[in-house]
Amino acid sequence: MAKELVAFRNLETHFKTSAGTVKAVNDVSFSIREGETLCVVGESGCGKSVTAMSLMQLIESPPGKIVGGEIFFEGKDLLKLSKKEMSRLRGKEIAMIFQEPMSSLNPVFTIGKQITEPLLYHLNMTQKEAKARAIELITMVGIPRPDKIFHSYPHELSGGMRQRIMIAIALSCDPKLLIADEPTTALDVTIQAQILDLMRDIKTKRNTAIMMITHDLGVVAEMADFVVVMYAGKVIEEASVLELFREPRHPYTQGLLKAKPVINQRKERLYSIPGQVPNPVDLGENCHFHDRCEFCMEICKTKAPPLRAHIDGHKTACWLYEEEGKAQ
Amino acid sequence: MSESTVPLEKSYVGGNGEPLIQVENLKKYFPITGGVFQRRVGDVKAVDGVSFTINKGESFGLVGESGCGKSTIGRTLLRLNDKTDGKVYYEGKDMHELSKNDLRKIRTKMQIVFQDPFSSLNPRIKVGDAIGEALLDHGLVSRKELKERVIETMKICGLADYHYDRFPHEFSGGQRQRIGIARALIMNPEFIVADEPVSALDVSIQAQIINLLSDLQQEKQLTYLFISHDLSVVEHLCNRVGVMYLGTMMEMAPTEELFSNPLHPYTKALMSAIPVPDPTLKRERIVLQGDIPSPANPPSGCKFHTRCPMASDICKQEVPEYRNVGNEHFVACHFA
Repeated sequence: MAKELVAFRNLETHFKTSAGTVKAVNDVSFSIREGETLCVVGESGCGKSVTAMSLMQLIESPPGKIVGGEIFFEGKDLLKLSKKEMSRLRGKEIAMIFQEPMSSLNPVFTIGKQITEPLLYHLNMTQKEAKARAIELITMVGIPRPDKIFHSYPHELSGGMRQRIMIAIALSCDPKLLIADEPTTALDVTIQAQILDLMRDIKTKRNTAIMMITHDLGVVAEMADFVVVMYAGKVIEEASVLELFREPRHPYTQGLLKAKPVINQRKERLYSIPGQVPNPVDLGENCHFHDRCEFCMEICKTKAPPLRAHIDGHKTACWLYEEEGKAQ
Repeated sequence: MSESTVPLEKSYVGGNGEPLIQVENLKKYFPITGGVFQRRVGDVKAVDGVSFTINKGESFGLVGESGCGKSTIGRTLLRLNDKTDGKVYYEGKDMHELSKNDLRKIRTKMQIVFQDPFSSLNPRIKVGDAIGEALLDHGLVSRKELKERVIETMKICGLADYHYDRFPHEFSGGQRQRIGIARALIMNPEFIVADEPVSALDVSIQAQIINLLSDLQQEKQLTYLFISHDLSVVEHLCNRVGVMYLGTMMEMAPTEELFSNPLHPYTKALMSAIPVPDPTLKRERIVLQGDIPSPANPPSGCKFHTRCPMASDICKQEVPEYRNVGNEHFVACHFA
């Protein structure tokens, strides 16, 4: 098995709001191995993006703060690094692409300027070297006429092309980890297929580890080696992709898989999870899914289930699989 | 009422077989202006000669990528946009020839549900008032009866009566979409245009809203025009589906026929591009190259030829005929 590249240990990221404390990330632990694609799935507000932002230390403070836990990257605890050390890592060892290719590029600088920036800053290249490398990168992400694109501005490109440019910027310093936060959500399906192909290509050619955040289980099935499912700030299930889709164990994961309409498998009626995601302010110490769960027991309302492996490598946080829960 | 009627032609037996909406060669161009004097320098051909019929009780799906003109069709059907050319008939009456008064009367029968439940509700108006607004405006109920009617409709849409006095910001996305549906439903419409009603929602909420829409249709014999970019949602909810590209209908067929036997290369590519939640599945995927061309300057001949894996010389020169190939399956491709 490949070496562990990133490890989250009991990460706690909280946001202070006027209504109370939101535990956006609540005791989250998982790890990413070298060259692996790990997908974090969950619905809006489940803390998947905040987990990634905590890793990059891009949490706006206040209101947000990492209040506990550790994040190891190649054995170093990122939370103990100085601002300067972190800034050297960011964009070089760990790069990130965002959901909105429209708003994540600076509209007043040319594409060339934005691609060469990390090369000049992190790799101390000369302008000339940086330009040559930038053109190489633009070609690599599949955009024709790189010389012309180098001098264009973001508004002259389509959404799919901007996302390719974002990927080119992220890959410019050959990072060990690429974080992709909903990279295809804003794109049309045919363009999504192109971008996913490109990312798969990068992974095989460069052995870059990818942490991909998505809400689309279809994308997960296509991209992931390993999957982490989050709900209301907690990891509720993790397993290899084949295992998770073959035997989802948490009722929430099962519900998500049943609720999604699948092409060429028309059903009379879609399964739907009743109710809605709980208000994230001041959640109690119980299973946060209990009021939507059809298997809810007394213990679920009063005590949070531990995340434990019941089958090899497949962890679930649910009382249904615990001795304490089975007793009821 | 205006007297311009057309012979009702039964082109497809779906719903109860009687046409409710007939669209003939509809065109909608938006002008592009430029220069100091803002002169018209070109057109965005958002909808470029589309024809179809929606029967009573049917749910018709329109799919396509952003900018293909599907939302413009929805709006032009309801005359929220003016047309550039072509005809839209509602029960045989030409929508775009109706007088203001007649239009106002007919509009109570047709409603629209929008995509973004966050921007389509006024943040300062209480939900109950927002739902009842149109009823009062059309003078269909007295103020006394209003609250009763609103609460009745809210319950049908899965909202509780104590939600009446709340403001939109107190609701989640799924609940807001229910409010949007209640607003449409309270008018007792015959026809609802649903413009991407579930695209902004999470998967678990999406299923709730899809089920609500399909229950309502069965209970109230509604007719839907369902606009979406998601083929799997359309397959689930619609009897018949039209696939659009750059303002043109590329293929149209009853749902089962379309999904079991797609003929147009664009439809095939769209279907193969959708990620399927099954990691064991290995598919031959057709990945389209390039981007969607600008609708201001669409390609000659078949509009899809620039990205089509099957394109040949004839595609660049001749516009393929949109024809029935049997089983009410229409397609515009030289090779289908």
